Amino acid sequence: MIEILVIFLILGVLLGLLLAIASVKLHVKTDPKLFNVINALPGANCGACGYPGCAGCGRAIFEGKAPINSCPVGGKATATAISEILGVESDIDSLPKVARVKCNGAANAKAIYEYTGAKSCLLAKNSFSGMKACDFGCFGLGTCAISCPFDAIKMVNGLPKVNAKKCTACGVCVKACPQFIMELIPQNQQVLVNCNNTDKGKNALSTCSVACIKCKKCEKACNYDAIHVGKIAIIDYDKCTNCGACVEVCPTHAILRYENNKFVSVVYEVEEQAGCSGCSTNCER
Amino acid sequence: MNDLSFYFGLIFSGLVIKNVLLAQFLGLCPFIGVSKKTSSAVGMGLAVTFVLVVASMISYAFYYLVQVPFNIEFLRTISFVIIIASIVQLIEVITKKYMTTLYESLGVYLPLITTNCAVLGIALLNINYGYDFLGTLLYSLGSGLGFLLVIVLFSAIREKLELLDIPKAFQGLPIALVTAAFMSLAFIGFGGIL
Repeated sequence: MIEILVIFLILGVLLGLLLAIASVKLHVKTDPKLFNVINALPGANCGACGYPGCAGCGRAIFEGKAPINSCPVGGKATATAISEILGVESDIDSLPKVARVKCNGAANAKAIYEYTGAKSCLLAKNSFSGMKACDFGCFGLGTCAISCPFDAIKMVNGLPKVNAKKCTACGVCVKACPQFIMELIPQNQQVLVNCNNTDKGKNALSTCSVACIKCKKCEKACNYDAIHVGKIAIIDYDKCTNCGACVEVCPTHAILRYENNKFVSVVYEVEEQAGCSGCSTNCER
Repeated sequence: MNDLSFYFGLIFSGLVIKNVLLAQFLGLCPFIGVSKKTSSAVGMGLAVTFVLVVASMISYAFYYLVQVPFNIEFLRTISFVIIIASIVQLIEVITKKYMTTLYESLGVYLPLITTNCAVLGIALLNINYGYDFLGTLLYSLGSGLGFLLVIVLFSAIREKLELLDIPKAFQGLPIALVTAAFMSLAFIGFGGIL
């Protein structure tokens, strides 16, 4: 009995001492600034910066391998906080951005076959380049919604709907979409071209009733030289004043206006809610 | 020749026949918990393999050098728990200091292994089966690689499951457990080989 107690006492003391000595002898000095930088990051571990989580990004910023505005989620506030910690000047002056969808297809876009495969836009893209007649539009399978680390995208009537209150412009959905129809735009931008179809007018219209037909009416209507039609109508967000002249003249309603995060001239319209919205996602009714 | 086939058999039985996860049902917590992505499953599997081998060796040495001479073999479970927990801590400190790249890839998973029953289970089984030192080394290595193999296969299946239209009642964990059951059935099919 005594033997057992003694042996375990020795074992415990030995292992304890070993760990204590190891933790002192092998102590790795880490700069407290590194912790401050990591703590200044949002901590969402979304991976939008390209590093494995916020700790990886913080380490890269600390070692000077990444610019201090590497975090697209935290934006200017985070960059300023980090610049204070590291004593580096913050030279970014970017407007807060938000993800938007460059497609208003859904039921407006014709389908060429019925897709019954797995719910993944990537797989749909591989089956004859998708089920839509339009080669540039949204499949409505929600790969962006699944990819969103902030639960800001919801599929509504076959189109992704971005909740601007939750969107942090991390850009994960932009990378996830195989059709390249997600775009990060300045948050105060209200007028948007909701089409990505670069086909000629007639071809585009034959696949989708709300396609951009390159008629250039918007270009003529714009007083600020802010919209130009090349392969598709593109708004210069720096020049655009959100006057809405182009919205009124667009014959196919490819250009639409958002107000308070809602489409004004609408094909679909949903109340947005702040908070987790888990109840509305799970509610069947 | 007999020796060679015996030792090869040990690796093989650890790898598939007596697989820790699917035949002995040890270490199921990380099997379900860390198998959502293949990348993290690989990290966890490698960390478990590493710790399993080191922990088994040291437990073996402690058992035959201390416990057998003092006739306290019956206390092996509790002493192995202490030893494994301390070793994992020590490994974490050492890798952090000397093997930074290894620490960055495995470091997250090391604390999870402290209480992993697969590690303790294999250390005890080595003693129960009465393997010699080389046998212990090979059987732990085989078991660790078996863990790695199965958790990577399972995570690949789970990644595919994410894309499917699964009935609501089965989404998430239930379908994962059903999948694990089928995988277990398949692996028990190896049962009669050796």
